[in-house]
Amino acid sequence: MSTQHTLSVLVENTPGVLARVSSLFMRRGFNIDSLAVGPTEIPEISRMTIVVNVDELPLEQVTKQLNKLVNVLKIVELDSSSAVERELMLIKVKTDPQTRGQVLETVNLFRAKVVDVATDAVTIEATGDAGKLTAMLNVLEPFGIREIAQSGRVAIGRGSRSITDRTLRTVPGSQAS
Amino acid sequence: MTEQIAEQLTGAQSLVRALEHAGVDTIFGIPGGAILPAYDPLFDSEQIRHILVRHEQGAGHAAQGYAMVTGRVGVCMATSGPGATNLVTAIADAFMDSVPIVAITGQVATHLIGTDGFQEADIRGITMPITKHSYLVTDAADIPRVIAEAFHIAGTGRPGPVLVDIAKDALQASTSFHWPTELALPGYRPTTRPHGKQVREAARLMAAAERPVLYVGGGVIKANASAELKMLAELTQIPVVTTLMARGAFPDSHELHLGMPGMHGTVAAVAALQRSDLLISLGARFDDRVTGQLASFAPLAKIIHADIDPAEISKNRTADVPIVGDCREVIADLITMLQKQAADDGVQGDYSAWKSQMLGVKAKFPVGYDKPETGLAPQTVIERLSAIAGPEATYVAGVGQHQMWAAHYVDYERPRQWLNSGGAGTMGYSVPAAMGAQVGLPGSVVWAIDGDGCFQMTNQELATCALEGIPIKVAVINNSSLGMVRQWQTLLYESRYSNTDLNTGPESIGARRIPDFVKLADAYGCVGLRCDNEADLDATIEKAMAITDRPVVIDFVVERDAMVWPMVHGGASNDDIQIARDLAPEWDDEDL
Repeated sequence: MSTQHTLSVLVENTPGVLARVSSLFMRRGFNIDSLAVGPTEIPEISRMTIVVNVDELPLEQVTKQLNKLVNVLKIVELDSSSAVERELMLIKVKTDPQTRGQVLETVNLFRAKVVDVATDAVTIEATGDAGKLTAMLNVLEPFGIREIAQSGRVAIGRGSRSITDRTLRTVPGSQAS
Repeated sequence: MTEQIAEQLTGAQSLVRALEHAGVDTIFGIPGGAILPAYDPLFDSEQIRHILVRHEQGAGHAAQGYAMVTGRVGVCMATSGPGATNLVTAIADAFMDSVPIVAITGQVATHLIGTDGFQEADIRGITMPITKHSYLVTDAADIPRVIAEAFHIAGTGRPGPVLVDIAKDALQASTSFHWPTELALPGYRPTTRPHGKQVREAARLMAAAERPVLYVGGGVIKANASAELKMLAELTQIPVVTTLMARGAFPDSHELHLGMPGMHGTVAAVAALQRSDLLISLGARFDDRVTGQLASFAPLAKIIHADIDPAEISKNRTADVPIVGDCREVIADLITMLQKQAADDGVQGDYSAWKSQMLGVKAKFPVGYDKPETGLAPQTVIERLSAIAGPEATYVAGVGQHQMWAAHYVDYERPRQWLNSGGAGTMGYSVPAAMGAQVGLPGSVVWAIDGDGCFQMTNQELATCALEGIPIKVAVINNSSLGMVRQWQTLLYESRYSNTDLNTGPESIGARRIPDFVKLADAYGCVGLRCDNEADLDATIEKAMAITDRPVVIDFVVERDAMVWPMVHGGASNDDIQIARDLAPEWDDEDL
C-alpha cells in the first residue's frame, strides 16, 4: 500500500534545478502528485514542496537520489499531523439569480471568498488542505463548475523550529549555473 | 578568497588556464564551430596535450580509459550539437561505471540558445540523467570556478562524469582569471568517514557468522583499497568474490579468491553467495547481473553493505548493516575493530570449515572449456595472451563473449589491470579506452581484447593511435558474428541466427572477410597480423609484443560456436547455474 508523502526540499536557486529534480522523479519511476516552488527567506535558496504517492522503501530511495543532486541542500519529510499543509484553488462556478445565494452561502461556510463576479458566474478563492477543498468542490458541483485552477501543496512544520538552519545561510550569492 | 591575477584575457584563455590549474595534461577531443575559440589558446599550452580523435565517442572512452588507469579525472572536448551528442554514449558509460571524467562542450552563442540555431543541442538537458552534475556557462567570469567545481565533483565521492557546456560568446568575451581557492558547494558533501557504530555492528556480525563472503565491487578499486582488502581477507580468512568491475581488486592467484560472481560467474563464487550467511559487500551494488533473480539471491545471508553512495545501500537488497563511507577507510576501520574485538573480548570468527568447503567447490568446478576438434578456441587465445603479456599489462575489453572470456581467462593480480564497460555494456569501448589507458601509462603494454562486432564500432581510433604514437595492441577475437547474441539465439531461439552474422570470418566458414582486419590495420598505419591455429598462437602474440613503435592488430580467427560458461539465464535464480548447456553442477553432499 502506497501512501502520500510531503517532502520539503531546499535547493539552490539556480537555473535548471527544477528540471533536475523533476527528471529524477521521472527516470526513477515515481509520479509527482503535486509540486510547488517558491523563494524562501534566504534569496539564494528556493523551497520545493513535493507530494508523492509511494511506499516507505521507494521513498527512502528517491530521497537518497535527490540528496545526491549537487543543488539540493536539504530534504525534510513533513508529517501531516505535525505540519500545516495548504493548497489554493480558484473555482469558477455557474450562477443565476436563483442559485447565487446558495453559492455564496457555500463560500461562507468554507471560509472561502469571492474574487470575481459576472452576471452568470462567480470565481471563488479557497485555501485549505486537500480534504476541505474536495468537500467544497462536492458541494459546488451541482451548480456547475466551469473551470478550476489549483496550486500545488505547500507545507510547513508546526512549532518554532526552522528547516532552513544556520548551515544553509552560508550558501554563496548568485550562481551562473 | 581568490588568487588575484588582474590581467585581461578571453574566456577561452581562461578555460585553458583553468584546465592547467586543475592539473590536466591530456585532452581527447575534436574541434568545431562553437568550441573553436578554445582551440586557439589550447594550441599554445605547454602543459596540455590535445589528442585529436576521429569520433567524439572515442574521445569520451579515451578519457575513461585514461581515468581508470591513472585514477585522475579524464577530459574530453567536443563542439556543440552533434559533437556533443556523440559524447553521450561515453558519458552514460562513465555514469554507470563511476568513472571520473569532465566533458567540455562548446555551445552556440547565448543569443542563439533556444532558437534551434545551427549545431545547437541542449546537451545539458540531454545528459542530465547520465551526469553526476552539469553546467551551462554563459558568463566568461564563471569559467574558472565552474572548472574547479567540475573536477572536484567528478573526482571525489562516488566518481562520475561532469559536463561543462560553454556558450561561444563566453569563450570570446574578455574577462579576468580568478582561480578559486575554496569551493562553495553546500549541497555536495560526500561522506567518506564510516560511522563507528555501524563498523562495530558489522564486526559483531562478522564474528558471529559461519559462512561469510567478501563481495567486492569496483568501489574498492576506485578507493585504492586493494591493500586493505588483502589484509582484511587474510586476517579473517573469509573467501572473496570480485565482480566484473572489481577484477584485479584481489589477486586471482590468492587462495581465498573464488572468482567472479554473476550471470557468467564461477560456480564457486555463485555458490558461495547463494549459501552464505553473511555478505560483506564492499563498493558493490547488487547489480542484476550479479544477483540474478533478486528474490532468490543469497537467501540465507545477512547483508553488510558499505558504499560511498548512500543511495546504493538497500536499493536492491535491504542491508542489515549499512555503512556509508570510502571503502579504504571502511576496510581499515573494520580491520581495527575486528582486531580490537579479538583482543578485548576474545571474539573471533572461525570460518575454516566454510573456507575448505568453498575451496573444494573451487577445485572441483574450475572455469574451463572444451577445445574444438578443429580451429582455435577463443579462450585459449586469451589464456596465452595473459600468460605472455603478464599482469603488468593492462587489458581492456569490449562487450560480449570476448569480454566474459577476458574476465575469466586473464589472470588479474593488481587493481586497474582490467578495464571494461560493465554497467552500460557499451560495444566499441575497447579500442578508444585502450588508447586512453596507453596515454595514461606511456611505455606500458596495453592490450585491447575486442570482438569483431565491437571493433567495427570504434576502430577509426587506430588512426589516432598510429599518428599520435599510441602503440596499443588489439586482439580481435573474431568469430565472425555478434557472438553473445548468437549464443543466446543458440540457447533460446532454436539456433535461428537472426542478424548476428558479421561475415568477418574466412571463406572456409562461408564468410566473406569483410572487412579484412589485417588490411584494415595496414590501411591505418598499424601492423596487422592473423592467427587461425594454436600452433602459431604464441609466436604471433610474441611478435606483437615486440612491436612498440606502432599499434598492432591481430585478427584471431576463432571457432564461432564457442560459448560462455558457466551461465545463469536472464531472470533465473543463481541456484540454476549451468556449467555447460543443460548441465548443472553435480553437487556432492559435502559440497554444499
